[in-house]
Amino acid sequence: MKTRVLVPSGVLGLGFNRDALARGLSLNPDIIAIDGGSTDSGPFSLGAGQSKYSRAASKAEWRDLMVARAQAGVPLVIGTAGTCGADATVDWMYDITCELAAELGQKLRVARLYSSQPAARVIAALEAGKITPLTPAPDIGAQALRDMTNIVALAGAEQIQAALDTGAQIIIAGRTTDTATIAALPLRRGAHPGAAWHGAKIAECGALCSTNPTSGVIVVDFDDTGFTVEAMHETALCTPHSVSAHMLYENTDPFVLYEPGGYLDVRQARYTALDDRRVRVEGSEWVPGRYTVKLEGARIAGYQTTIMAVLRDAHYAAHAQAWVDKLTAFLTVEIQRRMDLAPTDYQMEFRLIGVNGALGPLENRTGTPVEVGVLGIVTAQTQAIAAEIGKLINPFVLHYPLTEDEELPTFAFPYSPATTDRGALYEFALNHVMELASPMEAFRIEVTEVGA
Amino acid sequence: MKLSDRVLKVRSKNAGPFWVTIDIFCGSPAAYAEVVSRLPTETVARLYATEMQLVKRFDIADLNVVKFSIPRPVIQGAAADRDMHGAQWAHLLAETEL
Repeated sequence: MKTRVLVPSGVLGLGFNRDALARGLSLNPDIIAIDGGSTDSGPFSLGAGQSKYSRAASKAEWRDLMVARAQAGVPLVIGTAGTCGADATVDWMYDITCELAAELGQKLRVARLYSSQPAARVIAALEAGKITPLTPAPDIGAQALRDMTNIVALAGAEQIQAALDTGAQIIIAGRTTDTATIAALPLRRGAHPGAAWHGAKIAECGALCSTNPTSGVIVVDFDDTGFTVEAMHETALCTPHSVSAHMLYENTDPFVLYEPGGYLDVRQARYTALDDRRVRVEGSEWVPGRYTVKLEGARIAGYQTTIMAVLRDAHYAAHAQAWVDKLTAFLTVEIQRRMDLAPTDYQMEFRLIGVNGALGPLENRTGTPVEVGVLGIVTAQTQAIAAEIGKLINPFVLHYPLTEDEELPTFAFPYSPATTDRGALYEFALNHVMELASPMEAFRIEVTEVGA
Repeated sequence: MKLSDRVLKVRSKNAGPFWVTIDIFCGSPAAYAEVVSRLPTETVARLYATEMQLVKRFDIADLNVVKFSIPRPVIQGAAADRDMHGAQWAHLLAETEL
């Protein structure tokens, strides 16, 4: 049986072309699937349990997709809702959905798939030998797991299929793999499993697998021997090169992709142009294995205050590293003397923007910058301590001289106050998989009727 | 000659919070053959201050692409991270003399 999946874009909040969406709908898809997140922006979203995209942008796009779903009469699925897919962001997306259902006059059955993991469950799995580290993995123990502000497990196709089985018209899923929401229905309807996962991987970033990445919308047809992919915008072409090259994107290995319950191997895949805009792919293989789900977790690693000064004085710009080395030594003594804090009680770092701001010690290019931005970052156990250190160092970052016999310099502060309290610094603390006895063991589904 | 003078594009990006992956799009079989023969994995390990055996290398003739994946020396978003998306790493390799 053929299954046609419409993917409006790589992520909700990034936008898609309206004409391309209309064209996709005219092809009568069996399901509409979109991703809602990724770890790409860093640990903040998972750590804080917040969406990185604005509510207004997310709601505007979700409105279009809810209208499209009603028109097509097929399920609409979002994976990794609210950037990180924690329970809090699933509920955030559910609130948006309820508001829109009322505004649009739609009566809907909505399924929420929750992926958050209580620390106790992961600790029990760790003690039972059901947790395996990936490479490289942070060390974990019971206390480290209890300290995490959020832990999520990445759901696969089985959990999405369970949500589809509830008869829901809209599925709001917590953390899932990027591919699961796309692969679930084709797999359930008997598509070739290698093709289902491979096609899902190709489609997960929307039109990024085509010659016009920002147009968003693509359609994938899955059947029992392979899949066919086509971009919906008229200027977006899928070519064997654009499609196969997408396996490189954000993948450590372009041929092997691990999913819950096995892995995808595309080494034998053949990419064939059906015409100048559609590509047919066959030969990918699904290799079943243990049923494991990947875990993601974040914890608070401290609180930060930053300060920024710009050195325009040519002499200081040329000797910026020597200046911050001397300044750091001086401030370390002052912080000890005035706040009774040893260097091990906090971190203070000055990054030289214009010298090696992006690459740090890896930088191998040198030159004479016009000016140097000095970004001071203080990390301490509480925001109060970080802010106090920031205030203490502020006058010295402004005036500290390179030599003792010169008049006090004054550098450029771009704003007042010169310091900024950044709040909590979160860090990723898990790169592990957890073995499950059955796919729903670590996930739960809630179904509600919403709207007019 | 710099690598960037010989190939179409060098890009880098996180592959999850623990890895960065670097793709060299050579653009032609001739450029691909030259990159494969003149860019040893040791060079990449040295540029990114990582151990040789941790560097994954893929020479993909069908795409004229050479790909390297490296464990991040600093986990994405940790206090010492300077590039949240790992996308500026590519330039270090692009500027390397072939």
